[in-house]
Amino acid sequence: MRLAPYQSGESFDEMFAPDGHPRPSGEKFVERLQTLSEGSLQQRQKTADLSLQNMGITFNVYGHEAGTEKVWPFDLLPRIIDAHEWKMVESGLRQRIHALNLFVDDLYNDCKIIKDGKIPEELILSSKTLRSQCKGYHPPQGVWCHITGVDLIRDRDGQIYVLEDNLRCPSGVSYVLENRELMKRTFSHVFQGMSVAPIEDYPEQLLKTLLDCAPEGVTDPTAVVLTPGIYNSAYFEHTFLAQQMGVELVQGSDLVVENGYVHMKTTRGLRRVDVIYRRIDDDFIDPKCFRPDSALGVDHLMDVCRAGRVTLANAPGTGVADDKAVYAYVPDIIKYYLGEEIILPNVPTHLCSDEKQRNHVLGNLDKLVVKPTNESGGYGILMGPQSSQAERDKCADAIRANPREWIAQPMLNLSTVPTLVEDELKPRHVDLRPFVLCGKDIYVMPGGLTRVALKEGSMVVNSSQGGGSKDTWILRNGNSIPEPHISRAAWEDKNA
Amino acid sequence: MLSRVASSVYWLSRYVERAENVARFIDVNYNLTLGETDTLGNQWAPLIFTTGDQAIYEERYESFTRENVLKFLLFDEKNPNSILSCASFARENARTIREIIPSVVWEQLNQFFFMVRSAASLDATLDQPQEFCERVRLASHMLVGATDATMSHGEAWHFSRVGRMIERADKTSRIVDVQYYILLPDAHDVGSALDVVRWSALLQSASALAMYRRQYGKILPDHVADFLILDSRFPRSMHFCLAKAQQSLRSITGSTAGTFSNLTEQRIGLLCSNMDYTSVENIIQQGLHQYIDGFQKQLNLVGEAIQDDFFTSKQSPQTQTQTRQTASQTQTS
Repeated sequence: MRLAPYQSGESFDEMFAPDGHPRPSGEKFVERLQTLSEGSLQQRQKTADLSLQNMGITFNVYGHEAGTEKVWPFDLLPRIIDAHEWKMVESGLRQRIHALNLFVDDLYNDCKIIKDGKIPEELILSSKTLRSQCKGYHPPQGVWCHITGVDLIRDRDGQIYVLEDNLRCPSGVSYVLENRELMKRTFSHVFQGMSVAPIEDYPEQLLKTLLDCAPEGVTDPTAVVLTPGIYNSAYFEHTFLAQQMGVELVQGSDLVVENGYVHMKTTRGLRRVDVIYRRIDDDFIDPKCFRPDSALGVDHLMDVCRAGRVTLANAPGTGVADDKAVYAYVPDIIKYYLGEEIILPNVPTHLCSDEKQRNHVLGNLDKLVVKPTNESGGYGILMGPQSSQAERDKCADAIRANPREWIAQPMLNLSTVPTLVEDELKPRHVDLRPFVLCGKDIYVMPGGLTRVALKEGSMVVNSSQGGGSKDTWILRNGNSIPEPHISRAAWEDKNA
Repeated sequence: MLSRVASSVYWLSRYVERAENVARFIDVNYNLTLGETDTLGNQWAPLIFTTGDQAIYEERYESFTRENVLKFLLFDEKNPNSILSCASFARENARTIREIIPSVVWEQLNQFFFMVRSAASLDATLDQPQEFCERVRLASHMLVGATDATMSHGEAWHFSRVGRMIERADKTSRIVDVQYYILLPDAHDVGSALDVVRWSALLQSASALAMYRRQYGKILPDHVADFLILDSRFPRSMHFCLAKAQQSLRSITGSTAGTFSNLTEQRIGLLCSNMDYTSVENIIQQGLHQYIDGFQKQLNLVGEAIQDDFFTSKQSPQTQTQTRQTASQTQTS
């Protein structure tokens, strides 16, 4: 097929250089694409769409009574990253997760970082995701965030930035695996021989991570996945992960605390549970400890957790480290705990809780992106340059009323990847969410979820806002091969 | 396995089997009514009586016309036992336990649901329901086949078989009961030529004609009843279904033959041994309809015992999901 009319825009295009030639990482793929007969790509895209429907690969959108189940939108053209660049991303992510774990552990125990004056106490105490109930808790293996999904973006200048850390219940990994599967099914001869780093062992790694962090002294631990149920937007993912790991998918009503342990109700009576990969937010996991009106949780679960008789992944209270105001301090956090410079830079961030920075934000609302510190899914964001005066006024009022709740960042220009739009390849903006597992090893999935904004010019990639997805290829070229697993002990020695 | 999951597997296969049997009901009635004179040609009401949904039907429709009855049985969302409702409940149950179902089974079920839903919006389906009914039967067979061929024959599989067998036993009993309304409106008709046509249609609706022929050759009402009620090798006979359900329950509990460890096993054991030692002569003597009525009542008691022995958690349902599910399930028994 002809690719000639493809025009990358102002942004950095991942596949093509500004002169119209493919970048080195995309050369082989583009070559293969050109050998496809006219219309073949479109045909395959249709096949893929149909498979997605038949396989029931869906997500739910809140607030729509009928047809809440939407088929996952997938685009056949992959995002390709070469191994050399990925090495840098990998070590950056490892560094970040390691430091954040130490940070959360410190906050709920000694608070050294606060005592040493590196982060304001007020900022931590005012964080909505701080859980005083976790004070003094020591999770098995010292791991607080077992599973992390880090959002990365590439700006116009080609630099990769961390946009946000998702330390609570990051979702999307099932779609990464399904996208790859679908890619292999529908695009096999393009995929073949491309030396793409495999990601298929993720469920195995996840299970290992969970079992590695079982309560001390349990020899043959039982792990489960805890879901809020079929109306949750990520329900598909919960079933997928439970199935792939071969563990039970439970709802709160399937669990009960008796004699100091957590049990699940089976056809043969109660059976003990040691590790819970919970996909329910802190607030809902235990009505006796957090929100009393929660119908999704398990009474007294937190007592068992604090007594060290069950492991929750991620540990309750972890969310304090993905507060977007705390995010601004991650470079300092890395320096404080590891004595290193940050490898993957943060997006420059203005904290509205700081008077000087707040005034700067209020004076430049038309140039900045303003975000609430504790929302996810793209809700509540003001895109300054695309906003109306009325929207900016409303936002300014909200900032003045509650400055701690807001941060602002410069408007970045997300990179683009060619995407099939109405039978033609068009540049569409993407981000990337790789997944990192932390148990006895730190595992960085080679690749991740590439989300794509399907509307022309749009930079909103969330699936709840109409975004799509792509397969992400990390190439194993030359001497640079991704190293997904590194034992934490070895890594700590190396960095000591 | 989790009680909630066991319950979902069980109901999933009951709903699929139920959809298949509604399709069979419609098919047999079509076979019977096509080419008949007006009196017999308008026998659509018995279909509603035999499925046991008369009350809901009468709330919604004024008369038993062919179109109304078909609409009600095929696509009425307010009828919890319509094919569309069954397909949708089956999928909903499957969605809550997707992690334990082989992906090929889930995909089949998913396609089944989409097929039914898209057919529901077509006038042609009401006009010519046979082809649609055929597709529903095939989809059910595919699901049973895929489940048997890809799912470990462990506890979940056994619960799924119990569900399917109990549903099938119930529906075969209702198919046989159709004759109470249609085939023997008058005792004088027994043995007439017309009778053979109707009895073969009955057999056909249970996909039993060829197997019956090999067993008995000529069509005689007593033999047909014997075959559909008591045959121990024909997979849609009431006796066969009950024996398999009992076998699966034993695999689940580990009880040996001749013993019981809970109410479910006691009730199904009593029912099975009665079938083991009765004869079609006994049945006809006490009255076919009376016998089937008694059978259905006891089968319902078995279903209730299964609910209590295996599925009921000590706490009351807490989530929206559970309440919804329970509601859709209790409407059935």
